[in-house]
Amino acid sequence: MTELFRDKVDVSMTVNGEPVEARVPAGQHMIDFLRLELGLTGAHASCEHGVCGACTIRVDGDAVRGCLMLAAQADGAKVWTVEGLTDTSAISDLQDAFVERNALQCGFCTPGMLVAADELLSRGGVPSRAEIREHLSGNYCRCTGYEAIIDAVESVAKGRAVKGTT
Amino acid sequence: MTIPFNNPDRPNSYIGKTVPRPNATKLVQGRGRYVDDIVLPRMLHVAFSRSPVAHAKIGTIDLDEAKAVKGVVRIFTGADLAEVCTPWVAVLAHLKGLKSPPEHPLAVDRACWVGEPVVAVVATTRAAAEDAASLVVVDYEELPAVTNTMTALDKDTPVIHPELGDNLAFRRLHEEGDVDAAFANAHKVVFASFRTARHTGVTLEPRSILVDWNPAEGQMTAYHATQAPHMMQTVFAKHLDIPESRVRVICGDVGGSYGIKVHVYPDEVATAAIAKVLGRPIKFIADRLESFSTDIHARDHEIEAKIAVDADGKILAIDVDDWTGIGPYSVYPRTSAIEGNQVVNLCGGPYDFANYRAQTTVVFQNKTPTCQYRAVGHPIAVAITEGLVDMAAAAIGMDPVEIRRRNMYPDDAYPVTSPAKMKFEGLSHHASMDKLMEMMDYDALRADQAEARKRGKYRGIGIASFIELTNPSPFMYGIGGARISAQDGCTVRMDPDGSVVALSGVTEQGQGTEAMLSQVVAEGVGVLPSQVRVITGDTQVTPYGGGTWASRGAGIGGEAALQAARALRGSILEVAAAMLQADAGQLDIRNGQIVDADSGEERMPLEELGRIVYFRGDTLPKDLPRELVQTRHFITMEYPFAFTNGVQASYLEVDTDTGVVTLLKHWCVEDCGRVINPQLVDEQVRGGIVQGLGGALYEEIHYDEDGQLLNGSMADYLVPMAAEMPDMVVGHVETPTKESELGAKGAGEAGTAGAPAAVMNAINDALRPLGAQMTEMPFTPERILRALGKLQD
Ligand code: FES
Ligand code: FES
Repeated sequence: MTELFRDKVDVSMTVNGEPVEARVPAGQHMIDFLRLELGLTGAHASCEHGVCGACTIRVDGDAVRGCLMLAAQADGAKVWTVEGLTDTSAISDLQDAFVERNALQCGFCTPGMLVAADELLSRGGVPSRAEIREHLSGNYCRCTGYEAIIDAVESVAKGRAVKGTT
Repeated sequence: MTIPFNNPDRPNSYIGKTVPRPNATKLVQGRGRYVDDIVLPRMLHVAFSRSPVAHAKIGTIDLDEAKAVKGVVRIFTGADLAEVCTPWVAVLAHLKGLKSPPEHPLAVDRACWVGEPVVAVVATTRAAAEDAASLVVVDYEELPAVTNTMTALDKDTPVIHPELGDNLAFRRLHEEGDVDAAFANAHKVVFASFRTARHTGVTLEPRSILVDWNPAEGQMTAYHATQAPHMMQTVFAKHLDIPESRVRVICGDVGGSYGIKVHVYPDEVATAAIAKVLGRPIKFIADRLESFSTDIHARDHEIEAKIAVDADGKILAIDVDDWTGIGPYSVYPRTSAIEGNQVVNLCGGPYDFANYRAQTTVVFQNKTPTCQYRAVGHPIAVAITEGLVDMAAAAIGMDPVEIRRRNMYPDDAYPVTSPAKMKFEGLSHHASMDKLMEMMDYDALRADQAEARKRGKYRGIGIASFIELTNPSPFMYGIGGARISAQDGCTVRMDPDGSVVALSGVTEQGQGTEAMLSQVVAEGVGVLPSQVRVITGDTQVTPYGGGTWASRGAGIGGEAALQAARALRGSILEVAAAMLQADAGQLDIRNGQIVDADSGEERMPLEELGRIVYFRGDTLPKDLPRELVQTRHFITMEYPFAFTNGVQASYLEVDTDTGVVTLLKHWCVEDCGRVINPQLVDEQVRGGIVQGLGGALYEEIHYDEDGQLLNGSMADYLVPMAAEMPDMVVGHVETPTKESELGAKGAGEAGTAGAPAAVMNAINDALRPLGAQMTEMPFTPERILRALGKLQD
């Protein structure tokens, strides 16, 4: 370990709507900061190099890989994880659809999948199944075979379009 | 009283319906509790220094630099742990001749594969442990590595374990009928060689374990992402010298397993051993490179096979020569001979033919150990069988569906014993094929294929019939001496508020075990599924059982739950009869109420019965039994295994310029016996299919000649992603097993068993006009272009 990584950085951000101030190791990844320091264990670390999407969180409105971002980079950011998105009911229709359609088995990919899906849905309209598949291609799911996930996201897109909430 | 499953209007009819999974909501809210989410006081982390070479003598180990890292608490070598942990030998008595050397939690004198753990570093944080592990300096004196399966037994190939005499781990030859005569006299004989690539499970949650040894209580608690908590309890107890009763294995949420998490891994045993030495909780979470280099691999088979048919397409004989390399050790305690053994057991499975020869040769090599992974041996056996059948059909100019229909066991033929000596209680190959034809509209698809070909597009249809082995009896492991329970148990109790708790020995890995149990118990007792709380995965709490593997959760665990629930219902009714001065036979329990069985009139809520039993027992007759708790165990007795069957179809297009395969659609008809929860079964099938599609198109672990792992990351080992996967149509035929009242056989592996063969046959169907034939998986663009002669070098 180089001295660089042992250095600490002061950060201030909001996580799930609450202010967070911390002194983080410069080399600490955002996913580890959330999980280890804040106890937000909803998002998961799986490949830890940006491939699988299990660590996906929302940072300043974008779906971001928590394993590719350093905690130090989140200074000033607005960060949302599945815990906060649950508390505010921001994605409750999507969560309900996942449960209803059994779009999860082990659930390890699910928090990241939800954030990624919500990013697509937040653009409005009803994406085609191919578009949904394409958008979720950075989020691996080894259990479901994806079809149920695509069904769930599609049904929410349609539901939101009808409600005009998009 | 048996349950009239055929009557959908029966009371409490939850078996056979889609009811929601009780544990899904917490998982979508990120409230799951996987091992890595657990933090214990004084917890330490372990990281491993692993062999960077495939085969080497371990020389001096220099720990100075590693020890200097801030946060390091202690470092263990193989010799250190050998003092507190006995080695294991993964053989089973019924797999005659199987041999394997003793294996330690950390390599002692020799490292035998890239990734084998050699030194364990314990530190206050994972980061510190990993940093220090990278500073461990081991002097590896390289030895020649054995990497080629087919030459492993050659005279000039070095023997990995000289004390074993040769590199042969196991060989089994099965012969039935007069195979040579059948081939000699056949109308047509077709030969092919097949190859299935080395795979691994790629569970999104890496292998995870947290072990806490409490010396004050003399008790070890392991929080473990495992499929078989009781098996692990035995393993830790035996090798760490702790009474079995003093080991508790807790299996909470598990992030995918697929067979990966049912084995004994040296680094996990090392973690437990270290916890015992240090008296502090120790956590080990594999990183992704460790997953690729140390999770079991599977399916690395090379096969020569042939089939003989007569002029009518009747199969006369099948001959299979299967070879597989399993790494340097057979994996404990299930052994690494099972997969090859399954190939012998399963080839030719759906078909009624007389002459069969199959041999599997299982050799040692210096690669990651292989062992049982979802659908163990099935994808290989199905690819061989269905590949040969399609080639035979093409050779005699017969439609692939027709040749299958002419050879599959008639649906009224059962029970029968196959040429591989497998006993089938009741299968439905013809009904399943009929259903598939209807679902996929076979003739229309053939028309579409012909039409596409006119436009220069190469589309193909592939069919794969299969059998799948589920619900193993002790004939799978117990008979060979392994303490792996084929029996499973369930305790069901009613609490004062009228709710029901079910404790089961089978575990939840995401497949929906808890939902399945909740609806079985709900129906069995007569309450709402929401009134049933299911507890699994704790050896100190649940009845002893085998856990979840071989698709046994519903078939074995479900039946135990049903019997326990029915027994509790009986106990409740006995008390109710005394309270209501009625005849127990005239009462029933429906939706949590005691009712009059004939009229359905409500007599008393269970809550009231609970109140009286638990708080005013004085008002009940003195000798009235009032145990509102019942336990039942279930084990299959008549057949060594239950078999399910099914048939899959793939429709795809091959781009003959790029070699890229586009999956257009996939179908599966499965007969898993009684369907308890249609949605869960369908999603098991879909998930299984996609794992099979991964094997067919993408997944392949690569090693170089020196045994160096070349693709140890998710970016380099491709698994299916959403964009490439097709929509899948799933249908069912139900032939319940008569071994149990529930009749469920298991559905977890059928998708994986049949999908690769269906894709292979579809690709070959597409390419047949071009004279190309693919039998080496995965069917990558490169391999397809080579087969087409468009790529040469
Ligand atoms: S853990 Fe971040 S992408 Fe896989
Ligand atoms: S539900 Fe298990 S990985 Fe997606």
